[in-house]
Amino acid sequence: MISLADSFTLAFVAAGALLFLAGTLGLLRFPDTLSRLHALSKADNLGLGLIVIGLLPQTQTIAGGVKLVCIWLLAQLSAATASQLIAGIAARRQPDA
Amino acid sequence: MSLVFDVALAAGLVALALHVVLTRDGKGAIIAFIGFGLLLGIGWARLASVDVALTEAAIGGGLTGMLLLRTQAHLAGRGVRPAQTGHPSWRLAAAGCTIVTLGLGYVVLAFPSPAPSLAREVAGSLDATGLGNPVTAVLLAFRAIDTLLEKIVIILALIGVWSLASDPNWGGSSHLRPASVPEPLVFLARMLPPFGVVIAVYQVWVGADLPGGTFQAGTILAAMWLLVMLAGLRPAPETRAAGLRMMLAAGPALFLLIGFLGFLIAGGFLAYPEAVAKPLIVAIEVALTLSVAATLGLLVAGPPDKEPAR
Amino acid sequence: MADVLTAIALFILAAIALGLFAVLRSRVAIERMMAVQLLGTGGAATLLLLGAATAQPALADVALLLVLLSAFSCAAFTLGERGAAADEPAEPGQSS
Repeated sequence: MISLADSFTLAFVAAGALLFLAGTLGLLRFPDTLSRLHALSKADNLGLGLIVIGLLPQTQTIAGGVKLVCIWLLAQLSAATASQLIAGIAARRQPDA
Repeated sequence: MSLVFDVALAAGLVALALHVVLTRDGKGAIIAFIGFGLLLGIGWARLASVDVALTEAAIGGGLTGMLLLRTQAHLAGRGVRPAQTGHPSWRLAAAGCTIVTLGLGYVVLAFPSPAPSLAREVAGSLDATGLGNPVTAVLLAFRAIDTLLEKIVIILALIGVWSLASDPNWGGSSHLRPASVPEPLVFLARMLPPFGVVIAVYQVWVGADLPGGTFQAGTILAAMWLLVMLAGLRPAPETRAAGLRMMLAAGPALFLLIGFLGFLIAGGFLAYPEAVAKPLIVAIEVALTLSVAATLGLLVAGPPDKEPAR
Repeated sequence: MADVLTAIALFILAAIALGLFAVLRSRVAIERMMAVQLLGTGGAATLLLLGAATAQPALADVALLLVLLSAFSCAAFTLGERGAAADEPAEPGQSS
């Protein structure tokens, strides 16, 4: 019998893993650069977020949990900006994309 | 299950390494190499060497990539193409790498089992240093001489890089800012460094008791500094500036000073009196972090290519 | 629990590998840069799961560095962007 905390973890972590798979499928199947970038950043950041939420009940200390959330926040900020950077270069190279 | 994971990770590393070697496009190979550094970080983490994992992520996933990208941009600007597969120099490099790999494989397989280890002695003497992280204790107490020489070597490397500058540019600054700076880059250069500085301070502080330490922290600071210079928010410093040179030398100088003080107060070079071992080590670590950050940042920035201001 | 978390980490690693395969073979140069971002976020997720599975909270620090430095490397990609654009052949507008 698994505990409530463990089943919470499993549900969220599995959902996060599925989003990573969705991001990969987007990379493989989407037709152009910008939509592939969209698939990557959306799916990955949401996936990482769900995994962080799922792992919160498993952390031993409050500080450890806060650190997990901080990692996700940093990933949100930096990955979103890096995506803008990539998209900007892509758009400049092919203005019609 | 962890065995399956490790096999998959190793297979991924080998596949990515082959891609780096065989791909025909220089920039693509560099990007794959950055990815290889990030993946190798996970590999070291699996080997329970978190200190190495942190260094690999910082160096392999960060600074080396930028160094290679700078080199590639420089070569492309001069119209130099990298040697393609099948070229004699490529074959020579391939043969050299194969020999090194086979040699390493032989050495690893020939290890005696159980391997000779000083881990027990390190764990036993850990209390004398006041530290909790055995890696930091080895680096800054038991084998401090290695660390000292290593820090001096990277400064020598920097002098080597500087000496590539042409005569009028000696003492000048490097030019990092690309011709056009995209706006997201400026935003990233404003937003990321505060996080990086906090993470670096945390790494130095936590390094005494948990995985982390000066080299990782210095690398992160160097990366953040390069980001600021790349976005053109601050120009690269003139390499003749006295403050900058003091900062480069401060870490090893303090290390040497405390090392020689050891003769007077603890009976040997680089020996620390037990009562103040930890404060001394933390002081050395802080000074070294700043020196490492300045040295690595300037190493990646490259030889000065602008004349110093009159 | 540890085994399940490791299995999910393996699943994510496989998803990253598949994504890397797609991105690194892309004919559009800029898409290869997504490989670094993919490994940054995906690697961080893998490390967090492994950290929970093996009770090594220090792995979260490695995850933090992956996130930080993948963004840095994306920024470094803009280096010599103008010079590189001149000598690369015209890129296909859409690679589909």
